[in-house]
Amino acid sequence: MTWFQKWRRGEGAQGLFLISPTLAFTLLLLAVPLVMVIVLSFWTQDYLTLHRTFSLENYRTAWTEPMYQYLMARSLKISMLVTAMTVLLAYPVAYFISFRVSPKRKAMWIFLITIPFWTSYLMRIFLWKVILGYNGVVNGSLMGLGVIEQPLSFILYNQNAVVLTLAHAWVPFAILPIFVALERVDRSLIEAAEDLGDTKWRRFLRVTLPLSMPGVIAATIIVFIPTIGDYVTPRLVGGPNGLMIANMIELQFKKANDAPLGAALAISAMIIVTCVALIFIWLNKKYIREAK
Amino acid sequence: MLRKGHIFKWYIGIFLVFLYAPAILLPVFAFNDSSIVSFPLKGFTTKWFAVLQTNETLHVAVGNSLMIAVTTALFSTLFGVLAARASTRFVFPARRSIMGFIMLPMVLPEIIIGVSLLVVIIQMGFELSLWSIILGHILICTPFCIAILSSAFMNLDQSLEEASFDLGQTRWNTFWLVIIPLVMPGIVASLLIAFTISLDEFIIAFFLAGTEPTLPVYIWGQLRFPAKLPSLMALGTILLVLSISLLLVADYFRRRGIRKTGIENTGGFL
Amino acid sequence: MTQPIIQLSGLDKFYGNFQALSQVDLDIKTGEFFSLLGPSGCGKTTLLRSIAGFETPSAGSLYIDGQSMDGVPANKRPTNMVFQSYAIFPHMSVAENVAYGLKARKLPKAEIKTRVTDAIAMVGLQGFGERASHGLSGGQRQRVALARALVLKPRVLLLDEPLSALDKKLREQMQSELRQLQRAVGITFVLVTHDQEEALTMSDRIAVMFDGTIAQVATPQDLYGQPCSRRVANFIGMMNFLDAKILSTSGETVDVDVQSFGKLTLPLGQATGGLEGCDAVGVRPEMLTILTGSQTAEREIEAVVSEVFYYGDMTYYDVRLPFKEESVTITMRNTAGRSILGVGEKARVGWSASSLLLLK
Ligand SMILES: Nc1ncnc2c1ncn2[C@@H]1O[C@H](COP(=O)(O)OP(=O)(O)O)[C@@H](O)[C@H]1O
Ligand SMILES: [Mg+2]
Repeated sequence: MTWFQKWRRGEGAQGLFLISPTLAFTLLLLAVPLVMVIVLSFWTQDYLTLHRTFSLENYRTAWTEPMYQYLMARSLKISMLVTAMTVLLAYPVAYFISFRVSPKRKAMWIFLITIPFWTSYLMRIFLWKVILGYNGVVNGSLMGLGVIEQPLSFILYNQNAVVLTLAHAWVPFAILPIFVALERVDRSLIEAAEDLGDTKWRRFLRVTLPLSMPGVIAATIIVFIPTIGDYVTPRLVGGPNGLMIANMIELQFKKANDAPLGAALAISAMIIVTCVALIFIWLNKKYIREAK
Repeated sequence: MLRKGHIFKWYIGIFLVFLYAPAILLPVFAFNDSSIVSFPLKGFTTKWFAVLQTNETLHVAVGNSLMIAVTTALFSTLFGVLAARASTRFVFPARRSIMGFIMLPMVLPEIIIGVSLLVVIIQMGFELSLWSIILGHILICTPFCIAILSSAFMNLDQSLEEASFDLGQTRWNTFWLVIIPLVMPGIVASLLIAFTISLDEFIIAFFLAGTEPTLPVYIWGQLRFPAKLPSLMALGTILLVLSISLLLVADYFRRRGIRKTGIENTGGFL
Repeated sequence: MTQPIIQLSGLDKFYGNFQALSQVDLDIKTGEFFSLLGPSGCGKTTLLRSIAGFETPSAGSLYIDGQSMDGVPANKRPTNMVFQSYAIFPHMSVAENVAYGLKARKLPKAEIKTRVTDAIAMVGLQGFGERASHGLSGGQRQRVALARALVLKPRVLLLDEPLSALDKKLREQMQSELRQLQRAVGITFVLVTHDQEEALTMSDRIAVMFDGTIAQVATPQDLYGQPCSRRVANFIGMMNFLDAKILSTSGETVDVDVQSFGKLTLPLGQATGGLEGCDAVGVRPEMLTILTGSQTAEREIEAVVSEVFYYGDMTYYDVRLPFKEESVTITMRNTAGRSILGVGEKARVGWSASSLLLLK
């Protein structure tokens, strides 16, 4: 048998053979398009003519024009706020399900958490508009209770509304990884800490929280990166001051007809988000190492 | 001590209200006898559901979406089966990187996927059609399918496969007689999840929709017209009931699979 | 003499840089109950799976029934396997499980039916045919696995620790059933086990394995009575060892100087693993006696009792011999009128040169 025949019969070749259709599909529809977007971002377009010569013009625009700078900063800020809010909202819930719910009921609770997520995405956002609106549920209830005289106007068509709505959309995605990480925490470690005389709160800070950090990091990544790309929520509940970079990307590709600039904006956003995520992971690793 | 426990319970209660607020309002407005979607409620009606029955454009959009969702479910489950089987059973070069790459669409913003597919299709000179949406949907659903199917394949005792081979069966027949029946619950769950995700997906569909709208694209268009809102609420209610039923079915199959292979149930996939 | 059913020679198996099997030579006779015995991790499963065709040896040859198995896949080999986990197909009934291999062979329906019924009856599962296979007990699953393999009438049945998942009582019962079954069907059984008692009671012959190599192949009696090394002797039962030095050899005998026992002349046959490298003399605890009253023995030595373990039918003594640090164990049957010695008492220990083994 030649080495090639041996290799062909071996595990490695069989595995590669099996994975190849999925891999080929992903390469063709993810890697190739992403490369094309990158290439496109170095071209320029006025109106309908595309100039296929290498140029950094789009990136210069994207990184120096105040409007884009401002939009990028705002998007980043909103994404961070959404992530922070989502993880803070999710952690106690994941903790509750993992530590306070009986093992038989856990699956049911997880199901309970995920049901609202299956409401139509667009409807869900729209309903937040109904809830937060001038004549909405919140204002209606508060006025009915006599807490306020005038409807609150700061709750809709601004960044707060965007943050709240996005947090609502992503919270199940944050609960799941944190829950999984908490489930993996060895219960005897916690008992050992209790045995050593730690108070509940210190026990949580010194044992449970560091051990569940991988779940928190996963939740952060899962929420933070995709939120930067949402353009529906800002459009529906954000008002003029709540728009995000994705709205601009969409505009460039659709109405403004400047796809190369849109591509450059998209890539810039991805680079920034990835860098922030990497810094976050790095900081966390440092924190965990120091906690040990 | 007791108080602390109470605070925790209160928090969970308020959280659930926050979580369920939109889902509960949906049927409330769907049955509300008023052409404006706001409080106070006016009375009970089913007329908004009746309106849906005569809406031709809606029917076309539903047809398109169903076609896309079914095709997406089939293909992404097929890709998922291949990838999950390869990654759980075989050790091959660069396995982790390859799997990481295939799972990437799970964390990539959908707008990036929509934009990049749009660029390719335009640059290659193709027309936008329902097929462009299908391709995008397969791309984002496959990672979810792999996640579900991997756990199904991982629960499979490898000696079952060897036993079949040992008893004289070919590898091909072993795959169909032993492996597929045992991961079938996972396959059903994968089909249903992919179907549900595709049916509700808007961002990619909006980028890649040509002249034919999908259901979410249609809904997006209607959201601008206040008069259409009550019937949209009715539509949303139907979709919600449908999604939950599908998920319950998927979960039922998953549990049955767990019972069959005799493995301890360790929580839901959802 | 008939040809061995399985012939292995020079078999090597590497996992990366780790050598799981090294230079295994083995002949297994047609119709015998053969056991592979060794501590866990010594390569028994690897060897069994190489015979079955699930592992490809890195070097060496394997013949089954005179046919080279090089390049023959598991589904084409005349062997069948009972897996450690039994590997019962959970989505099929008992009868469907048993019929699985026959269907693969595309036999006529009627024949499949009778053979399945017979096989199920043979393992004592009459009436269980339509049962779903999940929910069977451990013992029942094992019977299904046996029926499923035996119904194909393989030339060799391979069993990988089939009894290890059962509780003690059921295990003992299955040991004798398995032995009877093997006699009844006359098929060669190759059993993997790490339990020496199991191997001794069930097998015609046993191969003892350590670290990927075969240390000794012998019948149970020979393995116990004439182990070829201290390691084998220690793995099969208990043995006392005394340091020994070879002084000279002459023809059929060897002169040795043994710790405590002094200078002796032993027949060469008592160096069961060959003379080379021998540095100890071994003696089984039951080959030593504690003499009472006027009892005498071929040879005697004075000792002091250091520990007594009373087991009802037996008493285990740890005694100190002169010139030896570690104590020596002696087992005595508690026959009528025999009194039990106490710790610290002097004892006369009787022994005979013919029960000593010269070992490396
Ligand atoms: N697929 C494998 N890859 C790497 N090492 C293995 C593999 N299978 C077995 N081994 C190693 O080979 C040695 C022998 O294993 P095995 O034959 O299962 O032992 P036994 O059955 O005697 O307990 C062990 O040290 C084990 O770790
Ligand atoms: Mg083993």
